[in-house]
Amino acid sequence: MIGGTARPGSVTAWALSGTAWVVYAFFYAPIVLLVVFSFSDDRNVGRWGGFTLSWYEQFIDHSQLQNSLWVSIRVALLSTAISVVLGTLAALALERFRFRGQRVFDALLYLPIIIPDVTMAVMMLLFFSEGIRIAELLFGLDLTKGFTTITISHIAFNISFVSVVVRARLSGMNEQLEEAALDLYANRWRSFRYVTLPQIAPGIAGGALLALTLSLDDVVVTQFASGPGSTTLPVFVFGMIRRGVTPLINAVSVVMLAASIVLVILSLVTQRLRTGETGRSLGDRPRRRSDSSV
Amino acid sequence: MPSAVPAVGLHRITKRFGDVVAVDTVDLEIADGEFFALLGPSGCGKTTTLRLIAGLEFPTTGRLRIFGDEVGTLPPNRRPVNTVFQNYALFPHMTAEENVAFGLRMRKVSKAEIEPRVRDAIALVHMEGMEQRRPDQLSGGQQQRVALARALVNSPKVLLLDEPLGALDLKLREAMQLELKALQREVGITFVFVTHDQGEALAMSDRIGVMDGGRLLQVGTPEEIYARPANRFVADFIGHANLLDGMVTGPDQVTLTNGITIAAPSNIQPGGHVAVTLRPEQALLHPWGGAPEHHTSVDGQVEQVTYLGNALIYRVSFQWMHIDVRSENRPGGDPVSAGDEVTVSWEPSSVAVVQD
Ligand SMILES: Nc1ncnc2c1ncn2[C@@H]1O[C@H](COP(=O)(O)OP(=O)(O)O)[C@@H](O)[C@H]1O
Ligand SMILES: [Mg+2]
Repeated sequence: MIGGTARPGSVTAWALSGTAWVVYAFFYAPIVLLVVFSFSDDRNVGRWGGFTLSWYEQFIDHSQLQNSLWVSIRVALLSTAISVVLGTLAALALERFRFRGQRVFDALLYLPIIIPDVTMAVMMLLFFSEGIRIAELLFGLDLTKGFTTITISHIAFNISFVSVVVRARLSGMNEQLEEAALDLYANRWRSFRYVTLPQIAPGIAGGALLALTLSLDDVVVTQFASGPGSTTLPVFVFGMIRRGVTPLINAVSVVMLAASIVLVILSLVTQRLRTGETGRSLGDRPRRRSDSSV
Repeated sequence: MPSAVPAVGLHRITKRFGDVVAVDTVDLEIADGEFFALLGPSGCGKTTTLRLIAGLEFPTTGRLRIFGDEVGTLPPNRRPVNTVFQNYALFPHMTAEENVAFGLRMRKVSKAEIEPRVRDAIALVHMEGMEQRRPDQLSGGQQQRVALARALVNSPKVLLLDEPLGALDLKLREAMQLELKALQREVGITFVFVTHDQGEALAMSDRIGVMDGGRLLQVGTPEEIYARPANRFVADFIGHANLLDGMVTGPDQVTLTNGITIAAPSNIQPGGHVAVTLRPEQALLHPWGGAPEHHTSVDGQVEQVTYLGNALIYRVSFQWMHIDVRSENRPGGDPVSAGDEVTVSWEPSSVAVVQD
């Protein structure tokens, strides 16, 4: 036996595959239960009362749930769009230019990734309570807590994630491609538009999906930034749980789970594009296939 | 008709990167229609010189002209030059055809004009049938052709090539040398060609500029550079040379460090430390004392014989120095082997005296 690969039928093989099954069960049993009981016709979660779709009907009829779902989607789309633009610009600035204070900017940009959610949330709370007053005083802006503040706080953490993903992609790109574009009469903008952007597009798409997922999932930061009028779906569900759990929660969770799965699949597809079509290590020596054919 | 104005003129160009002087007060004029090679070891500043001409770097001091126009501070997209990059830098997300069309598209040439020009350029480099392939579906040699077409389609006034054959294997490289040279004659564009391979430079160029440590040491035709190297570095770098250290001790006379005095014409003042360079193929091997009258000769002993297939290299030692003699491998003639006493001779005019 080489390298410890287990012979079929050996004790090791049994133990390993057994462990794998236990781990899978640990992961997926709760999900299966969640899905199963979302169809149970009984108010108590955990007691099967026959098949029903009524909890899903309730979800559709529940105006507050629908409202918060709508807020979630709008916040996710808007914060993703803005953080993709800002995050990509930040990545470009850090990878392609040298400027004063770059190191500090670099470190600060990653801060939201490493500081705890709660700290971020409290920061946002303070920022908004002061910010609202200043905004009203200076610009006469109406910045009550709600949709706008949630979106701003999501942008705040999403920028970091987007720029990390885009930067990884940029640093893998052959800088000579941009020089080649300049040499071929492109100006800076056109070199970006026709060469850099297509090269980093998979990174941007990946960053966007990550931002979308993070925004849809966030509870802690959103809780501090949301106001009485509007809140996102996860925060609303969190509040409902405190008032008692019914299979309605299950139904909502299943919908959220389905949305997550779709996003994950999309992100896998972009990953494939990344490795399949344009993601080769571009700085490498060109591969030779049939040099003798020349 | 080639223009009388130099295609490229560098006037006391210096380029510094922090403390590193990559290009050091270089003066150089490259004529219209010339195939010019910049030759030197790795890190000597060849690429930087090329990038200065392309506009991808800007000179720290000095002036740069292309066909008489001052271009020192113009960005690359406003210079009438194009570059074939060292690893080709083809756009991976575009087909061969799209790569070739890129420059024309960026200059907003009409679609009707782009199409035939791209077709001609692809035909020029013999890549018909490969138009729809992406760079990663092409071999190294084919990528090289696309890179050439992508540059030439723009009809640049000067084409810059940075070690374009460096990534190819030997056979293909030799074939491409001939083809590139033929291509240059056909299009009549000035080529500035960077290489660290002296054989390549000798074989392809009208003139060669030898660089070392950021400085341009010598500019001349391959024959001039080979036969009359300007200094020790050039003599050593180009081809194979015997470098015999010594001191000028009289008019046209050098005393070698082993005490032997030989005739070596130069205009260096007596007392100057020099090296006498002698190409192995210029030296002749004779039986002891058998040198022709008018030749310079030294007596010695064969130390080593190296068989090269088409030639033999005899290493002859004389008083702690040695000379390599190259002789073509022809049938007949007395076989010489290690330990034989021999005389080495050469035409007095075939040596060059160089300083450091
Ligand atoms: N962008 C740069 N920053 C700092 N040093 C550089 C840069 N480009 C080149 N150099 C230095 O300049 C010198 C010449 O480099 P280069 O022109 O690339 O040499 P070559 O092409 O002859 O190998 C080297 O010492 C190299 O390290
Ligand atoms: Mg180089």
